[in-house]
Amino acid sequence: MKPSPFDYTAPSTVGEAVALLADEEREAKVVAGGQSLIPMLNMRLARPELLVDITRIPELGHLYVDEAGNLRIGAAVRQARAAADTAVQDGWPLLAAAIEHIGHPQIRNRGTVCGSLAHHDPAAELPSAALALDARFVITGPRGTRTVTAENFFVATFSTAVEADELLTEVVFPPLPADHGWAFEELTRRHGDFATVGVAVVLERSAGTGTVRAARVVFSGAAPVPVRLSAAEDALVGSDAGEQALAAAAGAALARLTPSDDIHATAEYRREGAAHLLVRACTTAWERC
Amino acid sequence: MSHDSDLHRHGDGSWIGRSVPRVEDDRLLRGNGRYVDDIALPGAVEAAFLRSPHAHARVDSVDVSAALAAPGVVAVWTGDDVADLPAMLNKEELRTPPGLAELLDPVVRMTPMPLLARDKVLYVGQPVAVVFAENRYLAEDALELVDVRYSPLAVLVDPGLSLAPDAPLLHEELPDNTAVAVAARVGDPDAAFTRAHAVVSEQFEAHRYVASPIETRAISAQVEPYSGRVKVWSGTQTPHRLRDAIAHTLGLESAAVHVIAADVGGGFGQKGILYVEELLVPHAARRIGRPVLWREDRNENLTAASHAREQIHRIELAADAEGRLIAVRDRITVNFGAYNMTGLVVPYNSLCHLLGPYRIPNVDIDVVGVLTNTTFATPYRGAGRPETVFAMERAMDRLAAELGIEPEELRARNLVGPDAMPYATGLVDRSGRPQIYDSGDYPELLCRAVAKADVEKVRARQREGARDGKYIGIGFAMYIEATGLGPFETARIDIAPSGRVRLAIGAPSQGQGHRTSMAQIAADAIGVPFDVIDVVGGDTEATPFGVGTIASRALVTAGNAAHRAGRLIREKIVETAARRLGVDADGLHLSDGVVASKEPGGPSMGLSELAGRAPLPGTPEPADGRYGTEISETVHFRPPGFAVSGGAHAAVVEVDEHTGGIEILHYVVVHDAGNIVNPMIAEGQVTGGIAQGIGGALYEEMVYGPDGQPRTGTYMDYLVPTSSEIPDLDMDEIFTPSPMNDLGVKGLGEGGAIAPQAVLAGAVEDALRPFGVVVRRGPLSPSRVRELIRTADRT
Repeated sequence: MKPSPFDYTAPSTVGEAVALLADEEREAKVVAGGQSLIPMLNMRLARPELLVDITRIPELGHLYVDEAGNLRIGAAVRQARAAADTAVQDGWPLLAAAIEHIGHPQIRNRGTVCGSLAHHDPAAELPSAALALDARFVITGPRGTRTVTAENFFVATFSTAVEADELLTEVVFPPLPADHGWAFEELTRRHGDFATVGVAVVLERSAGTGTVRAARVVFSGAAPVPVRLSAAEDALVGSDAGEQALAAAAGAALARLTPSDDIHATAEYRREGAAHLLVRACTTAWERC
Repeated sequence: MSHDSDLHRHGDGSWIGRSVPRVEDDRLLRGNGRYVDDIALPGAVEAAFLRSPHAHARVDSVDVSAALAAPGVVAVWTGDDVADLPAMLNKEELRTPPGLAELLDPVVRMTPMPLLARDKVLYVGQPVAVVFAENRYLAEDALELVDVRYSPLAVLVDPGLSLAPDAPLLHEELPDNTAVAVAARVGDPDAAFTRAHAVVSEQFEAHRYVASPIETRAISAQVEPYSGRVKVWSGTQTPHRLRDAIAHTLGLESAAVHVIAADVGGGFGQKGILYVEELLVPHAARRIGRPVLWREDRNENLTAASHAREQIHRIELAADAEGRLIAVRDRITVNFGAYNMTGLVVPYNSLCHLLGPYRIPNVDIDVVGVLTNTTFATPYRGAGRPETVFAMERAMDRLAAELGIEPEELRARNLVGPDAMPYATGLVDRSGRPQIYDSGDYPELLCRAVAKADVEKVRARQREGARDGKYIGIGFAMYIEATGLGPFETARIDIAPSGRVRLAIGAPSQGQGHRTSMAQIAADAIGVPFDVIDVVGGDTEATPFGVGTIASRALVTAGNAAHRAGRLIREKIVETAARRLGVDADGLHLSDGVVASKEPGGPSMGLSELAGRAPLPGTPEPADGRYGTEISETVHFRPPGFAVSGGAHAAVVEVDEHTGGIEILHYVVVHDAGNIVNPMIAEGQVTGGIAQGIGGALYEEMVYGPDGQPRTGTYMDYLVPTSSEIPDLDMDEIFTPSPMNDLGVKGLGEGGAIAPQAVLAGAVEDALRPFGVVVRRGPLSPSRVRELIRTADRT
């Protein structure tokens, strides 16, 4: 378990990094926390010729709330830092909770928020959280900078809208209404494992009617990408999030999700688990509204 | 029998029985351990193995020319390059004891393993070629350049199909895929089944899982230029056997090979056998003329170090109307993997531990070990006992359900009582002698476990019904373990001129704390302070003979050898002192390192004074011609029979109907390992065993696809429990000293690992009783639990 030969460089600007990625002479790969990439290198599943370490680029080290109230997290920000940030905990508690589900402290100390998103394991926590929180992804490459919505960011397992010559520089989380409630739930084999199946839920309560004004329901581990299930959301919106609505939402999950089997769980287990977690998560989220 | 906890104080009582802090820990916890990889060998080349990607294939050609030309490559070998060396056999493990051979006439077929595969590969991971290079990185780069052409053959993975007429034959020189076969009968089982009031008949499967030592396998070797001898550092549990095997393979005298097992990060049986890598590395050191290091990586450890546990039991129990067992029948299939590495060890352990603590007059057991295209299986902590206990205890639970009595009550009705000790089961033990339980109090073990687990409280909660889809359940499992395997173990004690005591034992430590526990034994036996003793283990120079630390034997065998050597040297010290002091030895006493007159105010002499009278040049020869320096004793302790440990485990679990999740609410263990030398170490051993057992019960499984490809080759997929998954253990112990040895000790290294699979399966089945679930196989992953619920006949 030793990697095949590669070079390493740590540029100090995004421009330098992108130039290295765009160099057609050498196959380059971005490394930040390395929590997924290094094992893949060691197993020779990934064989880049050059590793471009972006964690020493000052312009990627930011985490702040901008004038419009968006949370902006640069590509060099470690997961542990984001989860410990009071602005994150106060304004985007679902994000902080999702990070707490990632691995163990050592992993969160090294792993970055953007790295997990760009790597995109569909059973990971941050992709489903980002989709539930309607995040936007800022991508820079030789053709300039563009912004991609969460709906369009995740393409397939280990594949995103980021091209080989591009860099995810920032993820932007829009502000949530004060009356929102949230929940993040997973079924895992062990503490810290990737989810067998998981769900992230954001509900908004109408002040007047006391019913669900808006809902976002996103599953992880259920498909090659995080799955936002509008059928479940439709069952919830306008309801009192009571037993009947929850049953309808769970029924939608059972009917619509098409997860696969692996050595850890059957597809059937994932489907049932998703429906069960959905009810649990919606109940919690509604209580938090 | 008394269970007074003071019983475990023994001998002079000053050191044995105390939780002396481990002298190893300060060094190990500060990172000052010296494992194979820490031992610097300047100029060493590193080895990397090319392993078969096929489960069963002919090797048509191997071309190493490109690899040989790669940067930093020193040598590349294929099977042809080592064809002059004998194929590997674990000779000691494959030997059938004469008594067993005579009484049971077992089949044991040899399957010598080529050091590197030549004609055929038989499992994914089998070494096909080896690269030696300046470092591991370069070696692995070159591995990719070795061009091997294979012709894939039909693959056999399912042991249930090994003996089918159309099964692919692994070893073409054998008539079929049988590796071993043995059967044992007691009484008239057929008649007993005919007259039985109740019979249960079930198939239970123990699934494949592995040892996962923190330190993977590693070996380094160099030829000492000064002596020409081969010096080998290895993480082995059996350094003397490794020495002899290396010498045999390389055509050397045993004395020309020196094996040292320094610090070893866990073995659990996986390092108790011989591997081809361990023979090739010393050979390379001689042939290349440079030191050679091979360090196994985790992927290799999971796929190419020995596996364990996979068994199928078709078991039947017969009972009378009072719930007393009258017969057991079991047809056991053991998946050996691709080679017969350890012969009867695991199958026979399963056979002769099936009865456990129960009195069963009629017995009919057949065991067959079959070959498949999977990594070879060998003993792993428990070595055939967890598997057989799973089958027996599951069958007991089914019988209890059939009879409508509580599982603990059924067990209580069938235990061998303390008044029956020593108890002969009617079977033959692993050494070929009549199987005897030397001592024990199984009713007391069960009684304490039942009291701690509070069955009534669990039953009351069950009557209240599930809470939020969570069902509570309780399980029990009992086991016995024949410990202290022979044939012998060695201890040598020397008193240095400084007065320090050096105790060398044949058994190395892989974390068991021998430097502490063995010193406690010697301190009491000799009558010296604990801290003047230096324990040396795992070095073939320190004791020319030895067996190793396997099979819960080190404390029983090496411990008693140390005890006897200590007693003998104590006599020698007192005699020498008497001569020096010119008094009668009977009037002297050795205590705390000082020989003193039993009379107050009499003469005395310290150990350093006694041993330090060296024959310096020019010193006149003492009148008696005897110098004081030769105070040394060597003892080879040969255990006369097994010291039989035992235990009762109980578990209370909560099962979530919706998620299939299992929470262990209460885990009780009551064990008996005779007199305890160091209670803290004993507790650690039991705890570690249970953690590995819980791993097997709930998390760990080595999975193969039907194509013979391992699917759990990393820790992403092979799930070892962490401290988060292991509950606090509620532990108690009783002490029934073994009459088989002076110290009255029994082994307990494996015990903890034997019962968790059975007890947790029983508890989950009990919790899910409203669904009518029967647990026939592990691990109890949430997905499997849900499937049980989904497919059960709800009653």
